[in-house]
Amino acid sequence: MALRSKRQRLGLNSELFTLTYGALVTQLCKDYENDEDVNKQLDKMGYNIGVRLIEDFLARSNVGRCHDFRETADVIAKIAFKMYLGITPSITNWSPGGDEFSLILENNPLVDFVELPDNHSSLIYSNLLCGVLRGALEMVQMAVDVKFVQDTLKGDSVTEIRMKFIRRIEDNLPAGEE
Amino acid sequence: MADEALFLLLHNEMVAGLYRAAEQGEGENGRCTTKLESMGFRVGQGLIERFTKDTARFKDELDIMKFICKDFWTTVFKKQIDNLRTNHQGIYVLQDNKFRLLTQMSAGKQYLEHAPKYLAFTCGLIRGGLSNLGIKSIVTAEVSSMPACKFQVMIQKM
Repeated sequence: MALRSKRQRLGLNSELFTLTYGALVTQLCKDYENDEDVNKQLDKMGYNIGVRLIEDFLARSNVGRCHDFRETADVIAKIAFKMYLGITPSITNWSPGGDEFSLILENNPLVDFVELPDNHSSLIYSNLLCGVLRGALEMVQMAVDVKFVQDTLKGDSVTEIRMKFIRRIEDNLPAGEE
Repeated sequence: MADEALFLLLHNEMVAGLYRAAEQGEGENGRCTTKLESMGFRVGQGLIERFTKDTARFKDELDIMKFICKDFWTTVFKKQIDNLRTNHQGIYVLQDNKFRLLTQMSAGKQYLEHAPKYLAFTCGLIRGGLSNLGIKSIVTAEVSSMPACKFQVMIQKM
């Protein structure tokens, strides 16, 4: 049996994640009656992943404390997305106050093999990502609001995630989420 | 790319999420294992399709099992199966001495009773892979001392 090249293997490995995620969303769509509940569940699962992922991220990436939200945006787009999903989203649409920006994903690896059926028009397929970002940032004392504003699955030309800085979390305890 | 961590976390959260939902009264516990298994099945089907795109045709059943133990396992779990045994009558036992999805909870016996939850997905993965190669099977798993575990594959003759 010929050994696969490293690149090939990496590709296959990200397919493992993509397919597993797909199976999860499919299962949730069966388990819950409406799309809003699925979205909520995905966000919650993402949050739980995020609060753990941040540890892995800090250990691996060696980045220090960010001085402002712009720096945070850079770290998320250029290091975190690159590291875990192999893509580098672009950062655009800064609000004048510098507390809100958009991540533009040219291609979203989560939706590689996905088409949304008509009866799931309000499903936010990749909503897990929002939860992950929210959970991870909460662990570094930042409360943020994350949501999808454009999605290629819904016919938009790019996928856009909007992130809004809400406040610094002063004490070290995470806010009341399970 | 560090997407392995992402897969591990996703898998953990899938298990946790399903059981959390079951505890809140949406379906009973036994259904969770079935759900995890069927998710694995679907993923296995998809993966094997991509994997075998460029490989030569398999000689026989044993050849397929070896492929599962080597290429398939290495891609998914970063190591090969440590031991493959068969009775040559359709039963195969795949032993992994350091199973990736169990290593993080293997210090001591504390979580032994939870181990089966973390194996259901993989059982489905194997069954799905085999199924798309034309082999119908039943896959079960057993753990005696973590992180080692055994997967037993029973081939169903069609």
